[in-house]
Amino acid sequence: MAGNAQKMPVGLRVATSGFVIFWLILAAFPFIWTFWGSFKVELDFFSLTNWTNALTGERTQAAHGSPFTGAGYRGSWIQEEFWRNVINTLIVCFFVVCTSLTIGTLGGYALSRSSHRYTFWLLITALIFRAMPPITLVSGYLLPFFEWNIWGILPTTIIVLVAINQPFTLWMLHSFFQNIPKELDESAKVDGCTQFQAFRFVIVPVMWPGVITTGLFSFLLAYNDFAVTSMLLSASNRTMVPEIAAYLGTTYTEGNVMFAVSAVVSASVPLFLLVMFFQRQIVSGLTAGAVKG
Amino acid sequence: MRHTTFFWFFLPTATAMLLFIAAPIVSVVIQSVFAPHEAVFIEVESCTPLVGCKTETTIDQEATRALKEAQPLGRFVGLETYFNRGHLAVAEVRELWLNEPDWSSFFNRLGNLPFYRAMAFTLTFTFIVTPLVILVGLMVALAVNTVHERLKGVVIFFSLLPFVITPLIGALVLFWMIDARGILGTAIQWLANDPDLSLKASTGMMWVSLIVYGVWHAAPFAFVIFYAGLQTLPLDQIEAAQIDGASRFQRVRYVVVPHLMPLITFVALMQLMDNFRVFEPIVGFNAEAHAQSLSWAIFNDLGGEVQQLSSAAATSVMTIIGVAILLSPVLYRTWRDNRRAA
Repeated sequence: MAGNAQKMPVGLRVATSGFVIFWLILAAFPFIWTFWGSFKVELDFFSLTNWTNALTGERTQAAHGSPFTGAGYRGSWIQEEFWRNVINTLIVCFFVVCTSLTIGTLGGYALSRSSHRYTFWLLITALIFRAMPPITLVSGYLLPFFEWNIWGILPTTIIVLVAINQPFTLWMLHSFFQNIPKELDESAKVDGCTQFQAFRFVIVPVMWPGVITTGLFSFLLAYNDFAVTSMLLSASNRTMVPEIAAYLGTTYTEGNVMFAVSAVVSASVPLFLLVMFFQRQIVSGLTAGAVKG
Repeated sequence: MRHTTFFWFFLPTATAMLLFIAAPIVSVVIQSVFAPHEAVFIEVESCTPLVGCKTETTIDQEATRALKEAQPLGRFVGLETYFNRGHLAVAEVRELWLNEPDWSSFFNRLGNLPFYRAMAFTLTFTFIVTPLVILVGLMVALAVNTVHERLKGVVIFFSLLPFVITPLIGALVLFWMIDARGILGTAIQWLANDPDLSLKASTGMMWVSLIVYGVWHAAPFAFVIFYAGLQTLPLDQIEAAQIDGASRFQRVRYVVVPHLMPLITFVALMQLMDNFRVFEPIVGFNAEAHAQSLSWAIFNDLGGEVQQLSSAAATSVMTIIGVAILLSPVLYRTWRDNRRAA
């Protein structure tokens, strides 16, 4: 867009730059503010007297002898044993990503290589399933899960999250596989491979960029989910997000809001690293869905 | 690919979706036409010397339990749950219809019924947030497209943050800032010159906050997609429009927007689906006193002290019908195109 046609008058240039800066502040400032505030005491982060206390940490200085304190983190990680929830989240995310990629890859590959009419309807069905709010499905799970006595444990949640993930995974992998030339596996089949061998030895080696991108979105879905994890996990098996929600009920009364603030910051750090290292893949994944859409 | 090969490749994912998406839909439909058993009462005659005998009615725990075990779904009530006060409230609505003098008082009273309350917020949220997300996303994409090449990576990094953040966490981060003692809350009090102003106290302000959160959370999604679309913009068309004397705004309106139209449709479709299920911000903003959505109503029924499965199931079925209505134009168009192609 550096063509002559796009040369802009000074006024407009200033206005757009200003708008971009405004947008950046809007997008980033809440996180910076909360990160900074998580090292303060509650009376500074929620200051009645003077809002600059949240910056300087006046009460924190008075209470802990330094304008920064790790008291909130100590409280949530050690006293409330937040590390247990972190481990649960790791387990859930790991298995959800692995399982949904394995079965999604097989299904997406089949959809991209079959020319029958039912593939179209399968994709449309997946789109309808994608539109179902997870909480409506959860109200369908609860009674059977209670009856079969599998409520509250991690494997149940993992399988449910994998299933909720599938429509999206299928759409995305379907479009990635369509970009891999059909001639590759056709020629392998001419050489005597079965369809599965063609998939295993010809397609698998070249599919990783698409699979990694899809995996990132599966991870985000499992990591960010609240509806399913909060309803299907018992208190001792909670992952991070429902645990933070549970803090809200108890901490507001006990005056330990800073536990929740530090837990929120702890839970956002992995997402920041994810965007930092996989920005390109996230952008390409978002647009891949749109172009096909 | 042969049918059998396709079948084996597709079997695992199909099983997962049938068992955990299709079956639960059937399950909510079934649960919604059953209600919990009423307790079984028995009359016990207790006699005390000197006082005499009296009969007491007590719950027969054993018989109640046996009944529950024999029919775990409860008793069949048909569509009763749908029509009761907690849902479509047919009797109440008829009464309001007959007795309320004018439209505004009718709608006011209707808004006090839980289902219509949740419906009103869900629809307002969906149909205000979706266009705003598209508008803000488009503006950011157009603006970012003009900044220096080196800065674009940084801008995209920060722009993605509100989108990838866990919805509940994003809502909490904003909620703590707009708290009367938080930085934005203080700023608003200062701007309005009213030290007692609290966003949490007013329904209107709470709705606005939730909508702001919705736009903040989803605008990056629209931005990234529109930005990618702008990279494929045909420059010759832009130049031709300029030679024809189109102003900058006219070029955006008549060349850029039509070029992005398929992407705008896509974003609109995704946003309609996602905003209709609005749920986490209400929990994060602690806003249930002022704003309830359909998803929140289901969550509340399921997570309350007494689990109300059939009430949740009835709301779920009506939510699914709502999703179907939202999707129907898209589905109809796809079906028509597909039939034409065949």
